[in-house]
Amino acid sequence: MQDSLQSTYKQLEQKSKYTNIFLRWFLYFILILFASYFIFPLYVMIVTSLKTMEEIRQGTLLTWPSAINFDSWAVAWGGRGYGAGDTFLKPYFWNSIKMVVPAVFFSTFIGAMAGYVLTKWRFRGDKWVFLFLLFGCFIPYQAILLPMARTLGVLGISNSVIGLVLVHTVYGIPFTTLFFRNFYVSIPTELVKAARIDGAGFFKIFFKILLPISAPIIVVTVIWQFTQIWNDFLFGSTFSFGEAAPIQVALNNMVLSSTSVKEYNVDMASAIIAGIPTLIVYVLAGKYFIRGLTSGAVKG
Amino acid sequence: MKTLRIEELSKNFGTTEVLRKINLEIDEGNFLVLLGPSGCGKSTLLNIIAGLETINEGNVFIDDYNVSKVEPKDRNIAMVFQSYALYPSMNVRENMIFGLKQAKTSKEKIEEQLEKVSKFLQVNQLLERKPSQLSGGQRQRVAIGRALVREPRIFLFDEPLSNLDAKLRVEMRREIKKLHQQLKTTVVYVTHDQTEAMSLGTNIAIMNHGVIQQNDTPEKIYNKPSNTFVADFIGSPSMNLIKGVLKENSGDLLFTVSGSNLEIPIKDYDFKDKSNLNNKEVFFGIRPEHIFFKKFNETDFEINLRADLSEYIGHEQIMTFDYANQELLAKFPSTNKIDLGKETKLYFDLTQASLFDAQTEERI
Repeated sequence: MQDSLQSTYKQLEQKSKYTNIFLRWFLYFILILFASYFIFPLYVMIVTSLKTMEEIRQGTLLTWPSAINFDSWAVAWGGRGYGAGDTFLKPYFWNSIKMVVPAVFFSTFIGAMAGYVLTKWRFRGDKWVFLFLLFGCFIPYQAILLPMARTLGVLGISNSVIGLVLVHTVYGIPFTTLFFRNFYVSIPTELVKAARIDGAGFFKIFFKILLPISAPIIVVTVIWQFTQIWNDFLFGSTFSFGEAAPIQVALNNMVLSSTSVKEYNVDMASAIIAGIPTLIVYVLAGKYFIRGLTSGAVKG
Repeated sequence: MKTLRIEELSKNFGTTEVLRKINLEIDEGNFLVLLGPSGCGKSTLLNIIAGLETINEGNVFIDDYNVSKVEPKDRNIAMVFQSYALYPSMNVRENMIFGLKQAKTSKEKIEEQLEKVSKFLQVNQLLERKPSQLSGGQRQRVAIGRALVREPRIFLFDEPLSNLDAKLRVEMRREIKKLHQQLKTTVVYVTHDQTEAMSLGTNIAIMNHGVIQQNDTPEKIYNKPSNTFVADFIGSPSMNLIKGVLKENSGDLLFTVSGSNLEIPIKDYDFKDKSNLNNKEVFFGIRPEHIFFKKFNETDFEINLRADLSEYIGHEQIMTFDYANQELLAKFPSTNKIDLGKETKLYFDLTQASLFDAQTEERI
């Protein structure tokens, strides 16, 4: 009796072991499948950018380049060196940097201030202010193109990097405010009361007490804003042209305006160059991004 | 000169009245506890004293100086919060001297104060730690230390022990009591815990619906509650309030319940107003701990009641009796054996009884 029970248990144990092994292999199979699905386009882009046009025409998409060749990257970045009609990314890349750095800084800073006021210095009607700000998150950008163009015209900063900084700052504020408000709402207001009794004022409380513990949400906001602004095409193409254009617009012009032959290797290299900064930001701060999104109150 | 005086203070949030015509005075060195259920306005009152809330009507005086429109930092007060509110990014040292630095105190003075207070509170080993590396009790000590270094005229405590577990709470309660005995600083302390209030306060102000119900010594609050709210709020279980009528019978006053032959003689009761007592509807109040199983005093009043329910809680038991279809609770040592469903002889200590007008619910 005892023995037969023992052997039944042994059988069951064996069975569950095989099931587990099978499920584990199946899991990895699915994971690898999906991972390759997502990595595939990047692979094609990198491989293609390293080939010569000759190789591209002869081989398939997936073939490894015969020699690593960065020529197309050089062309994408610095052009071929002849005058008219030669579009390359370098000046526009710097345009984008000049646009994205101040726009991210101002929108994050203003959002932090607004979130601070909306949670720690409540005033009559503050809920309405927040509601209208939230509204800004849902307005489709196409709807404000014309009035914004007019505004930029009146201000005399249309077709300039400064104009784009303004547009991106203004349209980033609803999101940044939302982020910071939701973060600060979880921080006990008693902290602010204690600081007031200790004699700290509005700005001192913000800079000395709240900002030093805001790192997680600052990271989230910076990544969000950087990606949004860097990848923006609509505002860039509407409010700027020629020399003031940001990189995404230049990339578009480059890829679409090739007159004779389509140079796939240069196109791919350009696309990668245009995407690298956001990748770098993610790699550097991605760890904090997840942490910032999930972290709640700071328990003091 | 009163250290703190509040005159005719009213406060509304929109249309909700939070505080109504509050009058309050504290002498130098006293420990005033604001006690009441949640939403009674006690924390708002404390915030107003601190200057963190504005006033709609009335005035607050500290040392006879009207501070109603003075900034919190200039009121010479310090406050300890429920969540401790230690600045998370600063270590203990920075937390404690933040206020002094804001006030541009000299470096030597800051160091001197810090050393004195951190030694006194035994946090001098923790100065370089961040608040997140401290235990609940240590955080509480640092929060008190941050208040102490400023040498305020008045200490404000906003439910400082509510976040601690039961054991630590009792320990910290004793420490706060010791602290007050040594420093003799004036304290205003908000809590909803009556044990805390009773054990700490030299005075207790019981609040309900934005009105002070009674402001007295703990003994008076316990023995002579000024209305049924106070009688009900203080004590565990709270005071028995039996509804009935006063009857005058050839010069003697009796408490009776209609439809019952139970009568309690009211002798030597200290009435506020002796007129019109006959046929007055009243609540007869007696605390569960003033009902005995044996006759202790000559004056104890003997009565037979039926026991309905017994709750055993270790060192004592709470018995529910039937008093003319009203519940009457009594506390006995748990060694007493009482049979349920049977008439039992009980003794009321009538010197501890209270009478309240059934209409106004005020003490008579």
